[in-house]
Amino acid sequence: MAKATPTHPLSFQPFYEAHRGRVLRLLVGMVGEDAALDCYQDVWLKVLGSWPPREVDGRLDSWVLTIAHHAAIDSIRRAAKETPVAEVPDTSMVVDQIEAAHVGPSALAASLAALAPRQRIVVVLRVVLDMSHAQVAAVLECSEDAARRSFADAMANLRRARSIADQGAVT
Amino acid sequence: MNEEGRRVNDQWTRLEARAHEQFAVAAHGAQLVAVATITIATPIGALLIAESEGSIVRVSFDLEDDSVVHAQLAESISPRIVAYESTVLADARRQLEEYFAGDRSAFDLPIDLRLARGPFRRDVLDQLMRIPVGETRSYAEVAASAGSPRAVRAVGSGCATNPVPVIIPCHRVLRTGGSLGGYGGGLDRKRWLLAHEQQMVA
Repeated sequence: MAKATPTHPLSFQPFYEAHRGRVLRLLVGMVGEDAALDCYQDVWLKVLGSWPPREVDGRLDSWVLTIAHHAAIDSIRRAAKETPVAEVPDTSMVVDQIEAAHVGPSALAASLAALAPRQRIVVVLRVVLDMSHAQVAAVLECSEDAARRSFADAMANLRRARSIADQGAVT
Repeated sequence: MNEEGRRVNDQWTRLEARAHEQFAVAAHGAQLVAVATITIATPIGALLIAESEGSIVRVSFDLEDDSVVHAQLAESISPRIVAYESTVLADARRQLEEYFAGDRSAFDLPIDLRLARGPFRRDVLDQLMRIPVGETRSYAEVAASAGSPRAVRAVGSGCATNPVPVIIPCHRVLRTGGSLGGYGGGLDRKRWLLAHEQQMVA
């Protein structure tokens, strides 16, 4: 069957409207509020600059999140070269709180700061954006198994960081 | 939603607004915005206003689905449509607010009629710009002033497809004899606009 071609080019604004909240949450979870604003601009300038996309189908959803992920990784690399001013990790946040979406921007960034970038992204995609392992794999351009493993590692690390923090509080 | 949930929601909303503002300004500066749009609240419902290359190209009523208007703009101008209040759109917002408050009887805005198909329809819209506030013309009179007295039907379709209603006052065209005729925004809006303008000149 021939691929359906849209009868008119897709307007940028409705696509942007539908995805900007998710892009912002991904970026804040990855790099914190301040750097997220710069990344957000880079991501959407890039998307707008190449608009309309050549392939208009379901892959657009993961496409924009992949671009956001790359922008976050670049920002983390740049920040590592400059003075490291990482968010202070706050391990008191438990995962079910993140899941309940009652987490503001700074709390989200702080709760994930103890994780490596790779684990941060899977927690953001799985828990904050509520995506399946298959969808996470599409964004990260990896296998579903690899996505599943990264997520399990990330959750183990979060629990470990939490229990160390708890012990510290007791003694 | 509890208080904590609302507080957290507000934080995200504020951050989203800041992020959008910063992006939209940068996109405009980089000349990536082919069509800028705003939506304003008015007594006849929300109006979507679109600008391209410094001119207003479209005004639509909220009875028209935004996605249809976006598709039209994307197809006939460019799909690079961004919600951004450009200088021209800020001016349009101010003038429309003054008009709806009864403090302005004519608009002074750059208009581009590229969405009006055909030279005759453009002539018709040019003629409409000359009907002063508080007055009306018949479709036949507009046809005559556009130089084609027999093209009464074409005047009707020119009005019906006016891409910039309210600013180009197609609501001031009535049937010979004074009955309302039609209106792209529905007759209630036409009635409201005419009554509003009657009050303005009274």
